[in-house]
Amino acid sequence: MMKTFVLSFCLLVTTFSMSFAQSAQYQGAMAKQIALLDDPANRGPEKMQEIANTFERIAAAEKTQWLPYYYAAYCYVMNAVAEKDKSKVDAIDDKAQNAILQADALAPKNDEIYCIRSLVATARIGVDPQTRGMQYGSESATWLAQAGQINKDNPRVDLLQGQSLYYTPEQFGGSKEKAKEKFELALKKFAAFKPASVIAPHWGEEYTKQLLGK
Amino acid sequence: MYKFYLILFISGLSSTILQAQTKISGKITDKKNHPLQGVNVSIKDAYDGATSAADGTFSFTTDASGEQSIIFSLNTYQTQEQKVNLSGPVTLSIILRNDISQLRIVTISAGSIEASSEKNNTVLKPLDIVTTGGAMADIVSALKTLPGTQQTNDKEGLFVRGGTGYETQTFIDGLLVRNPFYSGLPDMPGRGRFSPFLFKGTTFSSGGYSAQYGQGLSSALVLESQDLPDRSSYTLGVSPIGLSGGLNELSKDKKGSFGIEADYTNLGPYLNVIKPKFEPSVNPEIIGTSANFRRKTSKTGMLKFYGYSNWTHMGSIRPSFEYAGARELFEMKNQNVYTNLSYKELLGNEWKINAGISYSTNTDRITLDTMPKNSDPLKIHNLSQLAQGRVMLTKNIGSFSALRFGGEYQYAVENAEYNGYKANYTDNYSAAFAEGDIYFTPQFVGRVGGRMEYSSKIGKMNLAPRVSLAYKLDQNSQLSLAYGDYYQKPEQQYLRFKPDLDYMKATHYIASFQRVANNYTLRVEAFYKKYHKLVKTSPDTATNGTGYAKGIELFWRDRKSVKNLDYWVSYSYLDTKRNYLTYPYEVQPDFAAKHTFSVVTKYYISSITTNIGLTYSFATGRPYYNPNLPVNQFMSQKTIDYNSVGLSVSYLTSIRKAFTILVLSVNNVGNFKQVYGYHYSTDAMRREAITPNIPRFIYLGMFMSFGIDRRQETIDNL
Repeated sequence: MMKTFVLSFCLLVTTFSMSFAQSAQYQGAMAKQIALLDDPANRGPEKMQEIANTFERIAAAEKTQWLPYYYAAYCYVMNAVAEKDKSKVDAIDDKAQNAILQADALAPKNDEIYCIRSLVATARIGVDPQTRGMQYGSESATWLAQAGQINKDNPRVDLLQGQSLYYTPEQFGGSKEKAKEKFELALKKFAAFKPASVIAPHWGEEYTKQLLGK
Repeated sequence: MYKFYLILFISGLSSTILQAQTKISGKITDKKNHPLQGVNVSIKDAYDGATSAADGTFSFTTDASGEQSIIFSLNTYQTQEQKVNLSGPVTLSIILRNDISQLRIVTISAGSIEASSEKNNTVLKPLDIVTTGGAMADIVSALKTLPGTQQTNDKEGLFVRGGTGYETQTFIDGLLVRNPFYSGLPDMPGRGRFSPFLFKGTTFSSGGYSAQYGQGLSSALVLESQDLPDRSSYTLGVSPIGLSGGLNELSKDKKGSFGIEADYTNLGPYLNVIKPKFEPSVNPEIIGTSANFRRKTSKTGMLKFYGYSNWTHMGSIRPSFEYAGARELFEMKNQNVYTNLSYKELLGNEWKINAGISYSTNTDRITLDTMPKNSDPLKIHNLSQLAQGRVMLTKNIGSFSALRFGGEYQYAVENAEYNGYKANYTDNYSAAFAEGDIYFTPQFVGRVGGRMEYSSKIGKMNLAPRVSLAYKLDQNSQLSLAYGDYYQKPEQQYLRFKPDLDYMKATHYIASFQRVANNYTLRVEAFYKKYHKLVKTSPDTATNGTGYAKGIELFWRDRKSVKNLDYWVSYSYLDTKRNYLTYPYEVQPDFAAKHTFSVVTKYYISSITTNIGLTYSFATGRPYYNPNLPVNQFMSQKTIDYNSVGLSVSYLTSIRKAFTILVLSVNNVGNFKQVYGYHYSTDAMRREAITPNIPRFIYLGMFMSFGIDRRQETIDNL
């Protein structure tokens, strides 16, 4: 009797610890990579590629989680924006696009995913602003507007809208003052923003302060 | 007892952990043994893995054991999977291959220049057409800055490689456009009817084009209409010579859209200020309307309608040549309707269908009179109607190759009436074509096909074989060759009276080299074109004329060397002679210049959001006919060289919520004297130079759009 009880208890513990281990492994691995991402020391293209690769490995193993794809797309789009050689931007941005579409398929109508889709479009403008400004500028704004509709408290929406206003010349409808209002609004929302978990998207507060300081 | 189990359990667990820490390391290179950085190395369905370093090496440890798959992936390389048995440390040496689908594969390019917003690797973008200085947003004017074209601004159409304007055909979504130009006054041809913004792709082919298209001896201008807009928008345009407005609505489900546009132009006030060479008999007026409808019929299917109608009224009074002191009136009313309905869908199993029908009608009512002279004016009434249908099936074979075949049918009514005397005819034209794009390797493609045509008016069938080859030398360079036969019906004014005319025929041979890098494009093309069976009107009307054209063309575009400056240079050398119409023997025709040269520059000043486009065009003098010279000196005299500078300045701004653009466009800024040829009176006693009616045209306009930023689009769009 005792033997059976102990054995079944052991089995129970094993099963539980295994499933817990898997989830903990996911949480742990994600948290570790996100910490790397949050660290400004890791901003170079090679490091970002490495982090993106890790997220992609996690994504390939997890199948149902959208966050690994989301973060992989985030890494790529950061590289696309930072890339100086404009002829390389489209290829990097294609990877971001690819990853964020996979996230989108797993979690449709998600404001955080729409923010990245907006950034993917923004990154493409830089390749040839004159030819592409119209098409991708409007696409980028559309994604942000939709993200704002889904979650009006998402500070990243205001941050990105502000950023777009900040870098758009006044003749094209940009405005430093309106950008400032957006940044201040974003900071208020950041103060109230509670990420759903430690691995949920939470970036942007520092960057908003930087932009506001300019 | 349970302690025992617990110990057993814990020790078992830790032993698996200890046992499973296997080290995997190695090096990744490409085929040429260059190390590859950034390769994602992973164990299938596990987190464990690493990214290769700059020297291609990687290393990681894993808990996994036994038979496992390790995956190596890197953009533009084929993902590779390697099976390993993880019973001890593993060292791997991996070679990744280029992914051929990621390499730019070779495409057919001989004879054609493509402007596309969808493909990156094109010579021009649609926007380039509208930002070309002096082109005034006319597709054909912009194309005249490309090699192979002539600066024939006194004659209607695009004159390509020794061909006349009639030898260039315009197609929208595969369907022929019977009257692509506004009807103009004598020596003053009308501009193209279609706004460049209707099209997402423009392919200008100066020869050797696909068997899909027929009835153009020299050239095909292939236009592909836009799909759904991104969002709804509304536009308003104001200028001293007219007004325009439009709306474009995207449906709520984003699967359909419709749009309507209307414009009104009246040149009267302008001509009162800038006195033209010839006095207008009426204030020139143009009223245009258009409507479009687009609907996604499934995920991959699309139905598109475009309809256009247009009224123009204009006329001029000029000194008479035949009756000294008298004046000649030429007045014209034109009505034009064009409709086009097209459908495309993927049928599954790699089959695709493109189908379309179109109907168009064009009426010109012309009054010719000599004043003061006591006879009735000559009244001309021309009506042409065209109904057509076309179906094309495409089957993809393998990754790149495709087979295309299809057929088309055209029913054309050509009515002409001179003072009540009628000369009408109809023609049933049908054609079938088959063509294959066959990739021997991703770097080597052949297009082989042919076209069969039958016109009931001519009563004969023709068979036109066409072949193109293209070979990619490296990432950016390719060599191309093309050969093809092209047939065309004689112009309707000859076919109307002579039922026994045959098809005219041209045979093209083209060799070209093209290098397209991100910011530079270089094209060099040589061609030889042989004409057979051109229409001769003297001594008899018959298709027994001959001719040839040969030449070399250069195109260079550079978007990088000077910051914010984009420029292209075109040069064409043309050696052509023909014996046609009234010509006594083969001679350089009056529409062909030996050397043609253009420079197009575009400079964007971002601080004042202003675009400046400056275009310079040059052509050597063209031959003209002087009836006072003996026959052996036919067309031996030439006009002065042609020079023109076109300018467009556009300032982009916002007025309240509206994106606004202010446009200043001037052609022939330098006011160069331009002589296109000479008219002689019947007795050869008087002559007059053919010069532009308005030597320098200045246009100022303001365009506003709401809902979508269309300022870039509207640049120069008159």
